[in-house]
Amino acid sequence: MFDGFILLSVGLILTAPETTSAWLWLAVVVSGFYHGVNPGMGWPLAVAAGLMDKSPRALLAALWPLSIGHLTAMLVMLSPFAMLLALAQWRYQVQAGASILVIAFGAVRLLHPRHPRLLATIRPTQLALWSFVVALAHGAALMLVPVYLGLCQASGSDQLREPAAMLGNANLGMAAMVSLAHSIAMISAGGCAAWLVYRYLGLRFVSQSWFNLDRVWAGSLVLVGAIGLAGWH
Amino acid sequence: MRPDPTFYASPKLAMEAQPENYAYTLLLSPDFSKPDALAVIDVKRASRSFGQIVHTVTMPNKGDEFHHFGWNACSSALSPLTGHAFVERRYLIIPGLRSSRIYVVDTKPDPTQAKIHKIIEPEEVFRKTGYSRPHTIHCGPEGIYVSALGGGGRDGADGPPGIFIMDCETFEVLGRWEIDRGPQTRHYDFWWNLPRDYMVTSEWALPPQFENGIVPEDLLSNRYGHSLHFWDLRARRNVQTIDLGANHQMPLEVRPAHDPVREYGFVGVVVDTTNLEASIWTWWREGGKFHAEKTATVSPELAPKDKLPPLLQGFGAVPPLISDIDLSMDDRFLYVSCWGTGEMRQYDVTDPRKPKLAGSVHVGGIARRTPHPNGTPYAGGPQMVEISREGKRVYWTNSLYSTWDDQFYPDGIPGVEVMANAGANGGLELASDYCVSFPDGYRAHQIRLEGGDCSTDSFCYPSV
Repeated sequence: MFDGFILLSVGLILTAPETTSAWLWLAVVVSGFYHGVNPGMGWPLAVAAGLMDKSPRALLAALWPLSIGHLTAMLVMLSPFAMLLALAQWRYQVQAGASILVIAFGAVRLLHPRHPRLLATIRPTQLALWSFVVALAHGAALMLVPVYLGLCQASGSDQLREPAAMLGNANLGMAAMVSLAHSIAMISAGGCAAWLVYRYLGLRFVSQSWFNLDRVWAGSLVLVGAIGLAGWH
Repeated sequence: MRPDPTFYASPKLAMEAQPENYAYTLLLSPDFSKPDALAVIDVKRASRSFGQIVHTVTMPNKGDEFHHFGWNACSSALSPLTGHAFVERRYLIIPGLRSSRIYVVDTKPDPTQAKIHKIIEPEEVFRKTGYSRPHTIHCGPEGIYVSALGGGGRDGADGPPGIFIMDCETFEVLGRWEIDRGPQTRHYDFWWNLPRDYMVTSEWALPPQFENGIVPEDLLSNRYGHSLHFWDLRARRNVQTIDLGANHQMPLEVRPAHDPVREYGFVGVVVDTTNLEASIWTWWREGGKFHAEKTATVSPELAPKDKLPPLLQGFGAVPPLISDIDLSMDDRFLYVSCWGTGEMRQYDVTDPRKPKLAGSVHVGGIARRTPHPNGTPYAGGPQMVEISREGKRVYWTNSLYSTWDDQFYPDGIPGVEVMANAGANGGLELASDYCVSFPDGYRAHQIRLEGGDCSTDSFCYPSV
């Protein structure tokens, strides 16, 4: 839930003239922590892997594909926007389009909450694919788009003074950094949760720590999109 | 907000949960003169209505023939792969084996107020799946899985039977499960190991071989099912078929170990046509392949002709007829119903390939006709068996299937449900104060325990 609040405050900051990229980076990292501790994003898979093989190594090994999947999803989601931003004269349209996309995705999830079946068709051995699909399906990657666009704006890499090719490179570099920072935060938090449950808390914690945040999550997507839409100037 | 408290991450956590308060039992009208029903039985030891029916849900149709049933959701919802643990163990999915109609019964807000939530008419099942005669229900990763014993056509023999999927919230029939069924042409039971990603299915017979009674010529010429099929669960493909030998007729209930680390399980074979023995088989996966071997047998018992129904008089013996098996949550004890000889056996299967007889109770039986310890007559034999989660109480009923009951027990089988107490290290004893009788004209079939039981819940995390 606090993810929504963080992003809300980010949105408010975006609207302020003294916009700072530090706050945006904080949002990237904190949302990574939040995704990491959310059982829906995969840490119970690492616990199961460790327990099934009776080995902490198996737990650690499972964290790799989970983080690769999450990272790839972020890159896949941010890269098109990085390239679109290079068309600098259309940056307002890009920003508006991104915000509307986030709002629409959140609205669909709010109005049609469904027990997902697609994820259940992925094999237990395909952790990277699973992590990739879950990050896209939940809109976790999408939620970072407004933050990313904010960072591009804050760093000035979307400004007209640069040639388009250089702009594109700078934006892609920013996308890679945002994805990496977010994924590292995500897997650190998820890895800690997995380790604590595996070593100290026990399996009871899996169901105790799993909260149904479907509506809050969908609501925060709408909110982030709305702020993105309102905040650009 | 949080997952249903009756979802348990591991078998061990399921065993540590509160004991069951209610037992749901299916009632069938064997001559189809009355509508079938769901009985809710109070099993709280301290309760004044202990061992009594406290609520009945009577269906609006006749001739459904209730047999097996199951929950819309169970511990498998905690699968980390689903990424969404928020469904409720709330609805009982009750198929009519004869009508192909499916009832969805809502057990909330309280089991004593259970009521019909939805009825899926047979035409919807036929149209969307091409299957008929829905039977076993399991809750799993893609929703509710239903095994169907019949294919298409009026007699259910037009095309192979199989499994279909239903949505676990809307109860919409979604369609066939199989993509490649390989040599599978008959169906009965199924279950799986979720993290190891395989399913096991068994074979009874096609509807013309069971609906109007057992066909002795077909049985003696080994034309009932005798194979186990192993499937890639996510790919929905048959990867291996093991023929147990044509004389091993009717492998029925499939019981995998609950702990997903253990890649083995059991299946009961009703009868060996060469010697009337019944047998327990252990199957396991090793080196990427499945294997199966006969690991325990139960011998037929000689009986005078006047104690036998016409069907068996030529043999002068009672076949044990293993009709149901059930594995305790800790995978330690396998309960084996010998419906013909009237015995409930308890095997210690700590070493799964060397079952050791640890306990036994006689009640009913074609020739023995052992009464219940409280003096009540018990017709039929031990049949559908269900074990409490912590393994201390074992419940069972006495009817097999309307037309087969009449062939093996021509004097009729008034419905009875009994319970036995199991010792921590084996041993089985019937509780004299638990012997539920049902309204006249009803027989009792499968039992489901409130909050999950040993043939419902499947797990994605091992016991630690």
